[in-house]
This record gives sequence, structure tokens and C-alpha cells, in this order.
Amino acid sequence: MSEPQRQAYRDGLTAVAPLLVGVAPFGLAFGVAAGQSSIGAGLGFATSQIIFAGAAQLAAVQLFDAGAAAAVIIATALVINARHLMYSAALAPHFREFPTVWRLMLPYVMTDQAFAVSITRYEAVSDPDYKRRFYLGAALGLWFTWQSTTGLGALAGASVPASWSLDFAIPLVFLALLIPAVTNRPGLVAAIVAGAIAVAGAEVPYNLGLMIGATSGIVAGVVAERLNP
Amino acid sequence: MNPWITVVIIGVGTYLSRLSFVGALGSRAMPVWAERPLKYVAPSVLAALVLPAVLLRDGALDVAPASNPRFLAALAAAVVVIRFKSVSWAIVVGMGSLWLLQWLV
Repeated sequence: MSEPQRQAYRDGLTAVAPLLVGVAPFGLAFGVAAGQSSIGAGLGFATSQIIFAGAAQLAAVQLFDAGAAAAVIIATALVINARHLMYSAALAPHFREFPTVWRLMLPYVMTDQAFAVSITRYEAVSDPDYKRRFYLGAALGLWFTWQSTTGLGALAGASVPASWSLDFAIPLVFLALLIPAVTNRPGLVAAIVAGAIAVAGAEVPYNLGLMIGATSGIVAGVVAERLNP
Repeated sequence: MNPWITVVIIGVGTYLSRLSFVGALGSRAMPVWAERPLKYVAPSVLAALVLPAVLLRDGALDVAPASNPRFLAALAAAVVVIRFKSVSWAIVVGMGSLWLLQWLV
């Protein structure tokens, strides 16, 4: 590898590094929760490689634990991951110039963080070779952090007694993600409607309350934006 | 269904959502009508996950610290997130508050 190539990977890793500090506790918390859940540390950790999307993994483990139907777990996880469509659309004009193998492989490691640092850097550079290496450097930094912290957490979670209430780390992580995600008034309306309906629908069969609450919140957010742009 | 199959289906679906526009041939942009709802996916889904977990106990609304210490502990963690924007400290303070409340009552 030539020096400029190495520099591009290093730039990506450097850009994502501060975000990794925030990802590490999520990874540990998820791993612990998965290790204590009914699906167990093995499958819990496997979701880190198979799904590789923190919020969806957390929601899936929570629903598995509640005994939800497979269709509900799949639908919920995929709604959470629908935001990748947005990232994919924004990255597509840049990725178009990459070799096909890269265009097929790079989406697997697409995350909120890799997207955010790459799309910001892409405004300043035009070299496609630099762009794909920068993205991969950032994305792999996140991938390895997620694998190591969720793996460690799963090992620890399997041996911690349930009386420590470590499962509470899941709502805490979601809470820490929720607050910065509410950036304007329609977002707040979406969150309140979704939360209220999910609370009211907690007894709805098949754990569908989460899905119904989330979809109502999305609709409420769109309506609020229309009424008060 | 075997939970492994469920996880693999989620994994494939997630990969396809990531690949979508990047893998599409030609230049296809995101339709505007689809952009708007996607902005509200994160706050909606997260609120729908958090609120029942901290407001309900055994399926009933309960915010009394004695019977449902999770609500007060979550409130403490929320203050930490808003004031200090630190995820790690939110987990530390939230778990610490829960243990303290469980020990007190």
C-alpha cells in the first residue's frame, strides 16, 4: 500500500475516532443485555456480525426476550434500519465511481457514524479512490469497536446475576440516543405520540404496540411538519 | 421460527436497505415524499422503545420510586444526557440511581 492510500484509511479512522468513544459503552451495554437475554450470548453476539446495527439489535433482543412473534421482530428491526435508505441515497452519487466489488461490500459496514463523517469529508474532496478508502477506514474502525465491545459485554453478561438489573442499560442507551435525535418541534411531536401510543398499547398482542407506536409517531411528525414548517 | 433464521432475515433486509441506492444502476435519487417520514423514524422508534420500559411496571403505569425505581433512574440519566451530552455517564448515573433506589426501598 502506498503512503497516500494509507493516509486515506488513516484519515477515515481519525475522523470516526471521537465517535467510537460513544459507541463503546453502547456495545458493552448491548453485549451484557444480550448475554442475559433468552437468546443467549452466542446468538446475541452473532447479531453484531449478521445485522451490525446497534439500535435494531437492541430492539430485536428485547422483543425476543418478550416472546414476540418473528414477523414482529423482523418488521420492527427493519423499520429502525430504514434510515439506511437515506444514507444510501446520499452516498450513491459518490459511490457510483467506485469499482463494483466495493459498491457491493461497502454498504455492509454503513452506519450512522461512517455516513456522517464520510458525507462531510466528501464535500471537500473529489478523488474517488480517496473517498472509498476514507469511508472504509472510518467504517472498519467502527466495526472492530462494535465487535470487540459487544463480544466482551456478551461474555460478561452471561455471568452476571439478574439481580444487578443490567437489562436496564437497554432503555438507558435508547434514552441517550433519543434525546439528541429530537432536534425540532415535529421531532418532539413524533416522539411524544410514539411513546404515548406504545405505552397505551403495551398489552396489544404480539408486542405490536412498539410498531403501532413508532408508525403513529412517524405520521404525527410528518403532519406536524406540514402544519408548522 | 428458529431465532437464527429471524436474525438472518433481519441481516439480509438491513444489508439491502444499505445497498439500495448505492447498488442501483444509473442515477436514482431519493423521492421527496420518502425523505420526510424517514426523518421521524429515529425519534419515533426510540421513544416507543424507551417510554414503556421506564413508565410501566407489570403492564401498568407506575412512576412511584418505591415500586418502579426505573422511572426516577431514567429521569436522572436524561438530565445527564441533556446537560453533559455524555452517553457513558448517562449509563453510569442511570444504573447507579437504580441500584441506590433498589437498595433504599
